Amino acid sequence: MATLLETRPLVQLSGVRHFYGKGHGQMLVLDNVDLTLDENEIVGLLGRSGSGKSTLLRSIAGLIRPSEGEVRFVPDEEGRDPSVSMVFQTFALFPWLTVLQNVELGLEARKVPAEERRRRALAAIDLIGLDGFENAYPKELSGGMRQRVGLARAIVVDPSLLLMDEPFSALDVLTAETLRTDLLDLWSEGRMPIKSILIVTHNIEEAVLMCDRILVFSSNPGRVAAEIRVDLPQPRDRLDPAFRALVDAIYARMTARTPAEPVNDGLFPGTGIAMVLPLVSTNALAGLIEEVHGAPFDGRASMADLADQLQLEVDQLFPMAETLQLMRFAELTGADISLTPAARRYAEGDVDARKALFAQALLAHVPLAAHIRRILDERANHVAPARRFRDELEDQMSPDYAAETLNAVTHWARYAEIFAYDEQADRFSLDDPG
Amino acid sequence: MSKVIPVRGLRPFSRMLRVSAPNRADIIAFLLLAGLSVLVIRGAEGMAEPLSHLRAAPVSLDPWNLPAYALRTTLRMFAALGASLAFTLVIATLAARSRRAEQVIVPALDILQSVPILGFLTFTVTFFMGLFPGQQLGVELAAIFAIFTSQAWNMAFSFYQSLRSIPSDLEEVARGFGLSPLRRFLRLELPFATPALVWNAMMSMSGGWFFVVASEAITVGKTTVALPGIGSWLALAIERRDFAAVAWAVGAMAVVILLYDQLVFRPVVAWADRFRFEQTASAERPRSWAYDLFRRTRLLPILLAPLKGVGQLLLMLDPGARHVRVAAHSPRNRIGDLLWHGLTGVAMLFAIGLIVHYLTHSLSVGDAVTIFGLACLTMVRVLALIAIASLIWVPVGVWIGLRPIWSERLQPVAQFLAAFPANVLFPFAVIAIVHWHLNPGIWLSPLMVLGTQWYILFNVIAGASAIPNDLREAAGMFGVRGWQWWRQVALPGIFPFYVTGALTASGGSWNASIVAESVSWGQDRLHAAGLGSFIADATAAGDYPGVALGIAMMSIFVIAFNRLLWRPLYSFAERRLRLA
Repeated sequence: MATLLETRPLVQLSGVRHFYGKGHGQMLVLDNVDLTLDENEIVGLLGRSGSGKSTLLRSIAGLIRPSEGEVRFVPDEEGRDPSVSMVFQTFALFPWLTVLQNVELGLEARKVPAEERRRRALAAIDLIGLDGFENAYPKELSGGMRQRVGLARAIVVDPSLLLMDEPFSALDVLTAETLRTDLLDLWSEGRMPIKSILIVTHNIEEAVLMCDRILVFSSNPGRVAAEIRVDLPQPRDRLDPAFRALVDAIYARMTARTPAEPVNDGLFPGTGIAMVLPLVSTNALAGLIEEVHGAPFDGRASMADLADQLQLEVDQLFPMAETLQLMRFAELTGADISLTPAARRYAEGDVDARKALFAQALLAHVPLAAHIRRILDERANHVAPARRFRDELEDQMSPDYAAETLNAVTHWARYAEIFAYDEQADRFSLDDPG
Repeated sequence: MSKVIPVRGLRPFSRMLRVSAPNRADIIAFLLLAGLSVLVIRGAEGMAEPLSHLRAAPVSLDPWNLPAYALRTTLRMFAALGASLAFTLVIATLAARSRRAEQVIVPALDILQSVPILGFLTFTVTFFMGLFPGQQLGVELAAIFAIFTSQAWNMAFSFYQSLRSIPSDLEEVARGFGLSPLRRFLRLELPFATPALVWNAMMSMSGGWFFVVASEAITVGKTTVALPGIGSWLALAIERRDFAAVAWAVGAMAVVILLYDQLVFRPVVAWADRFRFEQTASAERPRSWAYDLFRRTRLLPILLAPLKGVGQLLLMLDPGARHVRVAAHSPRNRIGDLLWHGLTGVAMLFAIGLIVHYLTHSLSVGDAVTIFGLACLTMVRVLALIAIASLIWVPVGVWIGLRPIWSERLQPVAQFLAAFPANVLFPFAVIAIVHWHLNPGIWLSPLMVLGTQWYILFNVIAGASAIPNDLREAAGMFGVRGWQWWRQVALPGIFPFYVTGALTASGGSWNASIVAESVSWGQDRLHAAGLGSFIADATAAGDYPGVALGIAMMSIFVIAFNRLLWRPLYSFAERRLRLA
């Protein structure tokens, strides 16, 4: 429907960059984002954590001022600036206010007279399917109903643009699906006063199901890696081959590397020991290897099928797959993941064989692990304070990333038994507690 | 949408007039409220009388006077609580809103929390009596101020901490809708901070009782004033060795504590439960018969209407939403910062100069060394007694905590005991010590923890009842018992709670040493060498530099204690022993 109507821009972003932290260890989270939101469209921001989607959303909401660049609202025919309001992942309801009071909050702040306020709030509650619960407190409601309150609160102020920050990710699968469908119905029937919706998600199917346009974000720093138009008619069917093909294409798009980047180091930002690593459990890695190794995949699986099978969202699946790729246990090609011979040996090995293979891979392909092991080997007492490596990492990345990276390497090394860590004393050693 | 929705909030006046016949609850509530207002008026009348009236009709030990005395004392407590509340709302909000104010207020509150409050009396009485010469009001204000100083700091600190820990998503909603500062305060900050504030107010009230006893009969140098109240009654009873009168005072205090607990705090706690920030309804809600009674009345909404009206009016006068696009990070005002730092720096230098000048003029280095030695003596006492109290109350607390029926029954008892001013019981100790010719240096020490040991007990009870059932079942299945059970199940489980309790108990004990190390019963005066008795003696002798140095020394010890012992223990507990 978007293409049939005249498209008028609502918000224009140009050259938006944003840094977190200051001075040393400053992190670039958004890099040079240009984006125009038009009327009558649902736009999805798809990306993994750390890709700055939420930061971008908050820049448009006016909650954050980007370090550089401009967020420009295009006035409508009558010269009024478009207004925005937001739906939160965590619902963000005031637990001491009733449903009605929560919905009235924004109107109250605008000093809308009490009578009109009540009338509009009741209408919004009615629209969103919550009548009967006006006097309930949020804690009396289920998650799905709470998010309905969040939605009613956002649309009651008649925003031109509705911002949604992972609105369904805190809900169970069934509830999320119902709420998505209801929202799409309201949207397509034009019963909401909203002119456009911007939705942040890390669920690829959700994006394809709802959006007219999907912006795929790359992470570290976040930039728009691809823009994908979805022309499938609404309501969309998840089992429709065209739908599946699009989901696969987006998976491929998200695993793709730019040719300039070196094969393995391009996955995670940073190079050598300064590579930022995600904290992925060795159990999860083993589980993923076993899953791809076994039937029906037999060593090669499409990421979309895997995500379906394991009930994982991209935010969880990608770090796992990429860690496997880093350790040369897997290859990511297109939208597929395929196991290397080492991984197949791992899947068939017993505990000791698995640990040996993992230790080999860790020392060969994770520079930080090899670095710590080398220092421990060189020292007479085979002990080194963890602080030292943390400082080394913090010279290259933010403290949060440094902590996660060191945690990840510690966790993997403990499993592989290539070195030990004493949390109390905060130091690494070659001690074998066994 | 044709349903009639019961409307909350302020009703139109016409609807308020259509009140149906009052029900039974209305009558009871009305009588309670009317009685309360008469009491408040009677008590307040007494405060405004000239000081000469007090000399003409001094405090007497006639039991018929006791209810009136109890009333006056209670009013003082609530006046101080009101002042503390006002102080908290203003100062803590200021600290949370302004970075510069924060830099000064937060450390100040942190220190004031640990300063021996009793030491302040000397200075404030003189000040307030000078403010209203010849009037009882001056002394009243001094007493109220003394109680205030025992209540305000921890309330302000808790409120500040609540304001700083408001969930970021709620904060974003408030900013997104452009809530004005006032509306934001009433809608978000105040409700969010209310449960912690109520809890701290209750703790403060308990602490206040301890000081009521000490602050009503004030002797500073040559001036002695005894305000009508339970504290003065008690002082007189001790002076006259009137055993029955002491017992009367203990009884009166118990009744008063029970009454305000049931009529004020329980209802408030039950009411404040709605502000608890939780996403799921908890199974157990605090209950209060008085709250239920008032909620059933049709009278209450009318009585509360003016209060609500004030709130609504405030909101109406408030400018509406300003559509602020961005307020996130304004560049810091460097010149302002410099000016501010300069100003605080100058004030600090001035203060240091003042203190050094004052102390060097009136005290020698030898004095400081002596006082340091006394402080060490008191420290040994505090440490030993906390250890002994822990040895006794930890096993008892664990036993109670693991039995839900008992902990439900005994938790309020422990809280009541903590609220009960232990200094009322001191005379009994004196009689015993004199009777058996014991060494006061040792046997006066237990008085220091008499009132504060309960914090250890009720925290341990709370900790033990929080040990998850599955952990206990697992321990049972593997046959973990005896010392291993204590070492690996019970002690780690209660440790974070124990640290909280012991921290409170130790701070309270330092403070209590001022009254506990120097106790009298008629002519018998028992004295244990220590920092507490030093401050008490210096106060009685009107030796201001001595008092100042004593307080400073005690503050340093308490703060060092907190920083070097309790904080590390606390962070250890948070890091390693938290049941996530």
